[in-house]
Amino acid sequence: MFEALADAIAFDLFGLDPASAVGAAVHFFIQDVTKILALLVGVIYAMGLLRALLSPERVRDYVRGKPRWLARILAILLGALTPFCSCSSVPLFVGFVEAGIPLGVTFSFLIASPMINEVAVVVLAGVIGWQLTALYVATGLTVAYVGGAVMERFRPERWVEPYVWDLQAGVGAPRPGVKGLRARHDFAWGEVREIVGRIWKWVIIGVAVGAVFHGFVPAEWVVANLSGDANPLVVPAAVAIGVPLYSNATGVVPIAEALLGKGVGLGTVLALMMSIAALSLPEMLILRKVIRWPALGLFAGVLAVAFTLVGWLFNALS
Amino acid sequence: MHVIKVLGSGCASCKRTAERLEKIARELDASVEVVKVEELSEIMGYGVMATPGVVIDERVVHAGGVPSALTIRGWLAELS
Repeated sequence: MFEALADAIAFDLFGLDPASAVGAAVHFFIQDVTKILALLVGVIYAMGLLRALLSPERVRDYVRGKPRWLARILAILLGALTPFCSCSSVPLFVGFVEAGIPLGVTFSFLIASPMINEVAVVVLAGVIGWQLTALYVATGLTVAYVGGAVMERFRPERWVEPYVWDLQAGVGAPRPGVKGLRARHDFAWGEVREIVGRIWKWVIIGVAVGAVFHGFVPAEWVVANLSGDANPLVVPAAVAIGVPLYSNATGVVPIAEALLGKGVGLGTVLALMMSIAALSLPEMLILRKVIRWPALGLFAGVLAVAFTLVGWLFNALS
Repeated sequence: MHVIKVLGSGCASCKRTAERLEKIARELDASVEVVKVEELSEIMGYGVMATPGVVIDERVVHAGGVPSALTIRGWLAELS
């Protein structure tokens, strides 16, 4: 449907040549923008109706007091299911620490949450297929588990700003539930407007980058220079590129689609996606309020190494 | 006069929440004062981990995300 729409607009309405670079790029742009926005609206509305969104306060209550391994698994799974804005990182971090949840488990949550969420998963599956999506999710969960466990080895407690230990978290009042069809619809529609309003620009930027790559970068050049066999340094380079770049996980999807379509190695694409979604300078700067630079450096370092290993592994396997 | 606090460390969503509250309060001519709370210790004191949060007369009514206009109208209707 979206392809037919893109055909009609790019080739019939604008009269572009399907074989030309501009035609291919414009076609890609229209198809992906319409498809991703439609998927976004659909999935966010459905989730809003179900009201299945977990709050971080409930996550904390599930995780606190559990044995370390179980706490970590729960934190990761709940992190993947809980959407939270990166501006909430600080209260979230403090809330976890204050509840006595180990720092390593908190880091696992902070890794999993931006990388995997139900919205990105549905969009990813709609654009690049279920198999690769399952692979991305499984790898992301593993990286969150191992990353948090490795962080713990370095005793990151010593880098937490001292005032954090003294903060006292109160008990928030229970929130009123949403009752009735009309209220559910209003809530779900409110969620759509809120979330799409926040991430649409990442989607447009992501699709634009993907479209330029799709239209203008020749496949032969990609295979010669960017495939996994051509040069193993492509993977760490992809991770390094992803650090200053920040996008919502959904915005990365069209870039991944374009790269895969041109023959960039699967591992390279996975490493880039994870790096863009999970490692971001703005979030690091926000977290600086509660932990000192060595811990942030370690966090970035552990993730960068993990993403690089993931990239090499999947490039070797595929 | 009721006091509505918006909890959040200065992010865009927090500003939007405060603006929306003020706008609807003006429309309904409700007697409320909207205060932005950016101090982390005070935010944590309400037990809120996802910002923005909304506290009306010291009761947490909302956390994590910008509340919809309909929700806000509901709160303000309850107050008057």
